[in-house]
Amino acid sequence: MTDPADLTIKAAGAAMRAGELTSVDLTEAVLDRARITESHLHAFLTLDQDGAKAAAAAADAALTGGADAGPLHGIPIALKDNMCTKGIETTASSQILSGWIPPYNATVVDRLGAAGAVVVGKTNLDEFAMGSSTENSAYGTTRNPWDPETVPGGSSGGSAAAVAVGSALGAFGSDTGGSIRQPAALCGVVGMKPTYGLVSRYGLIAFASSLDQIGPFARSVEDAAVLLEAIAGFDIHDATSIRGDVPNIRGSLHDGVAGLKVGIVTELSTTGIDAEVRAAVDQTVDGLSNAGAEVVDVSLPSCEYGLSAYYLIAPAECSANLARFDGVRFGLRAEGATTEEMMAATRAEGFGPEVIRRILLGTYALSAGYYDAFYGQAQRVRTLIRREFAAAYEDVDVLVAPTSPTTAFPVGERAADPIAMYYSDVCTIPVNLTGDPAISVPVALDSKGLPIGFQVMAPALGEERLFQVAQTVEDIAGFTARAGLASSEVLQP
Amino acid sequence: MSDYEAVIGIETHVELMTRSKMFCGCPVAFGEAPNTTTCPVCLGLPGAMPVPNAEAIEGILKIGTALDCHVADTSYFHRKNYFYPDLPKNYQISQYDVPICHDGSISIDVDGAATRIGITRVHMEEDTGKSIHMGGGGRIHDAEYSLLDFNRSGVPLVEIVTEPDIRSAEQARVYGAELQRIVRTLGVSDARLEEGSMRFDANISVRPTGSEVLGTRAEIKNVNSLRSLQRAVAFEIARQIELIESGGTVVQETRHWNEESGTTTSMRSKEESEDYRYFQEPDLVPIEVSAEWRDAVVAALPELPAAQRARYQALGVDARVAGVLVATDELGALFEEAMAAGGDPRLIGNWLSGEAVAWSRAEGVEVGASPVTASHLVELAAMVADATLSASAAKQVLTGVLGGEGSPAEVAEARDLVQISDQGVIAAAVDEVLAAHPDAVDGIRGGDMKPIGFLVGQVMRATGGKADPKQVQQLIRDKTTG
Ligand SMILES: [Zn+2]
Repeated sequence: MTDPADLTIKAAGAAMRAGELTSVDLTEAVLDRARITESHLHAFLTLDQDGAKAAAAAADAALTGGADAGPLHGIPIALKDNMCTKGIETTASSQILSGWIPPYNATVVDRLGAAGAVVVGKTNLDEFAMGSSTENSAYGTTRNPWDPETVPGGSSGGSAAAVAVGSALGAFGSDTGGSIRQPAALCGVVGMKPTYGLVSRYGLIAFASSLDQIGPFARSVEDAAVLLEAIAGFDIHDATSIRGDVPNIRGSLHDGVAGLKVGIVTELSTTGIDAEVRAAVDQTVDGLSNAGAEVVDVSLPSCEYGLSAYYLIAPAECSANLARFDGVRFGLRAEGATTEEMMAATRAEGFGPEVIRRILLGTYALSAGYYDAFYGQAQRVRTLIRREFAAAYEDVDVLVAPTSPTTAFPVGERAADPIAMYYSDVCTIPVNLTGDPAISVPVALDSKGLPIGFQVMAPALGEERLFQVAQTVEDIAGFTARAGLASSEVLQP
Repeated sequence: MSDYEAVIGIETHVELMTRSKMFCGCPVAFGEAPNTTTCPVCLGLPGAMPVPNAEAIEGILKIGTALDCHVADTSYFHRKNYFYPDLPKNYQISQYDVPICHDGSISIDVDGAATRIGITRVHMEEDTGKSIHMGGGGRIHDAEYSLLDFNRSGVPLVEIVTEPDIRSAEQARVYGAELQRIVRTLGVSDARLEEGSMRFDANISVRPTGSEVLGTRAEIKNVNSLRSLQRAVAFEIARQIELIESGGTVVQETRHWNEESGTTTSMRSKEESEDYRYFQEPDLVPIEVSAEWRDAVVAALPELPAAQRARYQALGVDARVAGVLVATDELGALFEEAMAAGGDPRLIGNWLSGEAVAWSRAEGVEVGASPVTASHLVELAAMVADATLSASAAKQVLTGVLGGEGSPAEVAEARDLVQISDQGVIAAAVDEVLAAHPDAVDGIRGGDMKPIGFLVGQVMRATGGKADPKQVQQLIRDKTTG
């Protein structure tokens, strides 16, 4: 029998309802998996074993009593450690929040609780979600389960690794410039960024408020859809959340792609993209064509400036969002002779180098005399990119591209070269600037045995179409290589 | 002094008395134990997000409309970035290039001259917490430690900025008083200067009379009463003129008003001032105000002080008296109630602004706390109208009523101030006086009317002031010329 930790959410749910599996057994299996793999991977910052077991027992009792909360009932999941969990330490992988226990839950945490999910722990990330490798964590690097010498991607590397290795059946991350999709690609799982405003950001420790969006990691497209359904929808506590109806996320899941028009984004699929990644993307596109989709090339020339615009807008917003970490009310407090010296010392000691770099970049970009040339110009580029995407969707149903220019890279390789690291997000950033949804689906392994992700993008609130195409991609790619992970050294006790 | 002209603009912050704070559900309450009316949002905890309070937006729309402003269909919140311990996020959510209300005006009246003061903008923001600096001089830099209370953090704050149209300390005070009156009339704030729910900052410069060029300005902070506003502006104008006259130059700076010494002292110069790095608040969407909402606010606007004064003047009340009645809630309320009961506007207006205010000052008791009622005032005015009391006796009776001696009739009786209504008694007194002053009587008969006044005075004295002087005068005329 398959180890329950390796089941999809759908299969685990069916087994529970058939009386073949309990949430307690499933949760124990997942926690056992974490106990074996954590010494290799360090996907978690906090494993809440007691809380998880108690929640699983409660879920079993409820189900026995006929109270079925839906598809996530009793399912062990993990949360990126930038989502506030009442009573559970939440650090965003920063020293400055070491020991901070939020007095409140993020909206998504409450919604997952209402959906019956069992939270097994809080996963590692690049400090304040700033990075593409999870190496920028103040609490140690997370490793890629496919090859522990490589990074899992980032910033939600812990969530991606946990789902890949079986330490959770699903997980949540946040995606500001690709922080869900890129680690999903590098770890061989499905990762999805919803339309901006579809999921409440209340309780997500902000990196760049106009770009951040919470989304799911899963081992199948359908599981990802189920996870998204549990958290999507208007929240009174987030003024930017979308009012009105949530898209019918699984409405057309198995409808195929016959008659749909798929655009390959030239600017995101050629220059600077690893040859093996390109080949896998081409092969997937051929598959879509064979499945009845019309495939066309689409040029979005402003995408070329997306990375530059992103690295002005995101740091500018983060420079304000991170101003509250000053040692006055919570978290770390360093000594200083005056209040100002205390604040400065706390920030110098509490923030890592990448966070400090981005705060400085952002502060500069917003300064009097520089605002127009930097922040203002970046906003104009953002508008241009939005217009180009909107124009493209007049003609095509979805756009596709690689998720990441390369597969997982060795730990340390890009750590000293911020520009090379920033380039890891070149394919994922444009839709953060537009606010549109996108998903990464694993389609193949490269010659080193590392996963390759295929990205599908859709217009705002086009989740139904997005998941429809993603499901077809999953079907035609037949990515079953996850079985190969079972022999990975990280699974050896 | 007349060689120079002062140019003054005033920035006013008004805390709105909404049920909840600007961006969270915490109550707007004063006097609660420190840090008890707080939540993750107004404490700026990681992950917390602001949600705008529609009641506060309604409040600022009322203020903007009362100040005759243009209301923007779409306006934006911005982040104003600066580090200060009582600013929990280390940025304040405020408005920058597109405020919700702009380009309005207010008319003020100083010594009978109406002046239009332009309103540049009225924008919405959130208040900070309060720092209490312990030890040292009570200021942050020399304090031993500081305590922070975030109860005020996130209270809705409206900033009202004038054009530099104010020319004197007196105008500054009258502007402040009128704005306070308007805000209170709208019911959006208690606008108490001592408690900080209304706060003024004045930008002051001077220039040679007739010059069109603006001088360098100083910004005066820490003005906690209308009287200090006038004093601080007057001091600063004099300081700048004296500085220029003695060959110095005014530097652009922020100055702190010191109530005890009656002077301003430098806080920080422009060079040290901060770059606030404003950018649009990404956690909020633009503020949209529909035409329907605007119209509803206009329709629901109460009578504003200027209109109220005009209405009183139309009833025959002098401008000065109308000003006093409108400026003081309890007097205005008594006046309104007395008018509704058919009282004489002029008499009652004069009594309230004259005798009642004088009594209140002398006794240290608010008129509203005295036993006087609107029906007393109406009764008193009727007693004057039917000649039961003379005008001067009525004022004495009012003082008695204010002092708790009883109703006007009771006081008039007890103080023996009721006019003599018995014609026989008055006629006898007149006859006695005429008999005692034959020369005067002859004079009148010869066509010299001047002695009439003297004779009236004699009769009034003889009757202890209780005769009706008009009636006495008529009797004298009848008896000397008839
Ligand atoms: Zn609050």
